[in-house]
Amino acid sequence: MFNPIKKHLFIMLAFSLWANNSHSVINVFACEPEWASLVQILGGDKVSVFSATTALQDPHHIQARPSLIAKTRRADLLICTGAELEAGWLPLLLRKSGNGKILTGQPGHFMSADHVTLLEKPKLLDRSLGDVHADGNPHIHLDPHRIMIIAGALTKTLSLIDPDNQNDYQNNWISFKNTWSRAITNWEQQSQSLRGKKIVVNHNSWVYLEDWLKLERVATLEPKPGIAPSSAHLTQVLAELKQNQADMILYATYQNDKAVRWLADKTHIPVVALPFSVSSDETLFQWYERILSQLLDIKQ
Amino acid sequence: MRKKFLAAATIAAISNINPVWAISDIEALRIQVEALKKDYEQRINALENRLKQSEEKAQIAQQKVEQVAEKVEKTKNTSRTGQGNFNPEISLILDGRYADFNNDSDAYKLPGFALGNEAGLGEEGFSIGHTELTISANADDKFYGKATLAIHDHEGETKTDLEEAYIQTLGLGHGLTLKAGRFYSAIGYLNEQHEHLWDFADAPLIYRGLFGDQLRDDGLQVTYVAPTDTFMQVGTELFRGDRFPGGGSHDGVGAWTVFANIGGDIGIEHSWQLGLNHWRENDVDDRTSGGHSHEGAAAETSSFSGDSKISSLDLVYKWAPNGNPTSRNFKLQFEYFDLREDGSITMLNSGPPEEFSTYDGQKDGWYAQAIYQFKPHWRTGIRYDRLSSNNKGSDEDVLAEAGLDDKGHTPERYSAMLEWLPSEYSRIRLQYNRDDSYENADNQIFLQYTLSLGSHGAHQF
Repeated sequence: MFNPIKKHLFIMLAFSLWANNSHSVINVFACEPEWASLVQILGGDKVSVFSATTALQDPHHIQARPSLIAKTRRADLLICTGAELEAGWLPLLLRKSGNGKILTGQPGHFMSADHVTLLEKPKLLDRSLGDVHADGNPHIHLDPHRIMIIAGALTKTLSLIDPDNQNDYQNNWISFKNTWSRAITNWEQQSQSLRGKKIVVNHNSWVYLEDWLKLERVATLEPKPGIAPSSAHLTQVLAELKQNQADMILYATYQNDKAVRWLADKTHIPVVALPFSVSSDETLFQWYERILSQLLDIKQ
Repeated sequence: MRKKFLAAATIAAISNINPVWAISDIEALRIQVEALKKDYEQRINALENRLKQSEEKAQIAQQKVEQVAEKVEKTKNTSRTGQGNFNPEISLILDGRYADFNNDSDAYKLPGFALGNEAGLGEEGFSIGHTELTISANADDKFYGKATLAIHDHEGETKTDLEEAYIQTLGLGHGLTLKAGRFYSAIGYLNEQHEHLWDFADAPLIYRGLFGDQLRDDGLQVTYVAPTDTFMQVGTELFRGDRFPGGGSHDGVGAWTVFANIGGDIGIEHSWQLGLNHWRENDVDDRTSGGHSHEGAAAETSSFSGDSKISSLDLVYKWAPNGNPTSRNFKLQFEYFDLREDGSITMLNSGPPEEFSTYDGQKDGWYAQAIYQFKPHWRTGIRYDRLSSNNKGSDEDVLAEAGLDDKGHTPERYSAMLEWLPSEYSRIRLQYNRDDSYENADNQIFLQYTLSLGSHGAHQF
C-alpha cells in the first residue's frame, strides 16, 4: 500500500505547495468576524484576514475542523475574544498546528478580553448554574468603547509583529480613532430614545449592549446560560411579563428562535433578531449601524 | 485633438483681428476675478471656521469616549488563554451501564480473529465502565502534558490502568509537533478518541478484532502539518511494540506507523477528512490471545510469532446548517482495515510435543456509521460492521483451535442508538445491536450514562 515511490511523491507534492506560498502580508486568523473586520480596518492592505466563524455560527461551539488547523498553521497573528469563549476548540487548534508564533505569551496571540474589564464575573463556579465563564461575560464586542481600547492594543500588536509597516498601522489607528469616536457620539445621540427600555433576551449575550445603551433586562429565556429554555421556565417568564411588560425580545440570528416566537405569540412583544456579528459583506461600522437601526425601528 | 487645435487657432485669429475689444475684455475679466477672489476668501474662511468647530466637536467627542474608555480599560493585564482557568485542568469521566444480552457474554468470539487485550462484550446487568481521571496542562511555553488514569472492574477486581501519559511540544514551528510517552496511536480515525467520546457504547468490530478495542503503545510521534489551505498532515510513530497486536519484548523500536491525513471544507456547511495509515511490527514474539475464554489456568492459549502489518483508510464527513452544529448536525464515518500476518502459531500448554502450525493470516473489515443530531440535546445513529478473514497454515486444526478459522462465517453487526444530552457535560444513551459476530446471532441492549466533571477539554474533529 505504501511503496517508497508513492511516499516520496507525496512529500514532494507537499513541498511544492509550500513553496508557492508567499509571505508578503501578515496572515491573520480571527476567531470571530468582528475581530476580522477590526484587524482589516487597522491593517489595511498589509494584512490578509481569515475569519474562523461567521455571524450565523455559535462561537462557543465550533469544531476544530481540518480547515481551521490548516489556517492556524499559517497564521502570523491570532485574534480572538478570549475569556474562555473559544475554550472548546481553540486550544486544540493551537496544539495541532505546530505554529509557535501564535501561542500564549507570544506577540501573535491576541485575546481581546485581556485588554478590557468584563461584566458578570461569577462569584461561584458551579456547572449547575449553567455554562459560566470564570472570567466574566465574553461578548464584549457589543460595546463600542471597549472596541476602541481593543483597537488601540491591536495597533501596538500589529506594529510589534510587523515593524516595517508600523507607520501605516499608526495612521490607520488615528483615522479609526477619529471616525469611531464621532460614530459613538452619533450613535449615543440617536439612541437616546432607547434608554431604560425593558428587554427580554434569549441568552445573556447582550450584557455589554445593555450597559452601553442603558437597556434594562427584565427576563432571560434560558434558565441558565447555555441551557435551552424549558417549558416550566418559559411559563414563569410569561407570568412575570404579565406583571412587568417588556418593550422587546432580543435574540441573535444564530440562536434557535422557537422559545422567542412562542413568547412573542403569547405576549405580542416585538421581536428583534440581531446579527451577532459582522456579516461577510459589511464592516464593523455598518454592523453597528444595522443593530441600532433595527432597535430604533421597533421604537417607532 | 484635432478639434481642440482648430478651436485654439480660431480664437487666436479673432483676438488678432480685434485688439481693442480684447483690452476691454481683459479689464472686465480682471474685475470678475477680483470679485471671485473675495468671494472665495470669504467662503474659505467660513469653511475653516466650520472645520475648526467640527474638529473641536470631534475632540470633545473623543475626550468623552476616552473618559468612558478609561473606565472599561483593564488596569492590569492578566494573560488569559483560551484554555480553562484551572491549572492543571482536571476532568473525571463517570460511565455506567445496564446491559442485556440473549447469549452468554463469556461465549463471545470473532471467528477468524483471535481476540486480544480485554476485547469482549463486557458484563451483563449493571456495571460501571471506565472511570477516567485526566489531568493536563501546558507545563511551560514549550511542553504540554496529559495523563489519563482509567479505573475499571475486571473479574471482580478493581484495576487501575494508565491509559495515556504523554508530553507534547508546543509551537515547535514549521508545523512540527513531537509527542512522547504512552498514547493512542494516530492511525485510524476513532483510535485516538477516548471511549467516552465514541458514538456507540462499544468499539467497531474491526477495532475489537485487530486491536482489542484500541491501539496504544509507548513511543514517540512526529507530525508535520503543511502550510497549505487544504489541511495536509503526515506523521510517523515509533513504538516499543510489546503491546497487542504486537508482542514480545523489544529493546529498540518494535513497531512503527506512518499516516497521512488531508481534509477541508466544501462551502460553509460541509467538511471532510481522509486518512491513510500503516502499522508494522516485523518481530512479533509470543503474542498470546484467546481473550476471555476463562477455561482455567491450564487452558491452551495460542501464541503467534512472526511479522504483522495493518493498512487502513478512514473517511469522515460532517454537515451542519450554516456551519452551526448547535441545533442540528450530521456525521458520516467510514473506516477500512486490512491485516496481513506471516509466521507461526504454537498452542501453549498443549502436548508434548506442542502443537504447531505455520501461519499466513489475512483479515480485513470495515464499519460505516451515520449520526444525526435532529434537535438540540437529541442524537440518533446507526452503524454497520463487517469482517472477513482468510487464514492459512500447515495445520488447519491448530488454526481452528486458535480461533483463526472463520468456520465459513462472516461476522457482521447492525447497531442503532438514541442519545439524550441534557448539557455538554452529560449524556444518556440507549443502544441496540443485532450481533452476528459468531454463529449464534445475539440481541444486545445497552442503557448507558456518561458524565464529564471538571474542565471540559476541546474535542477533535
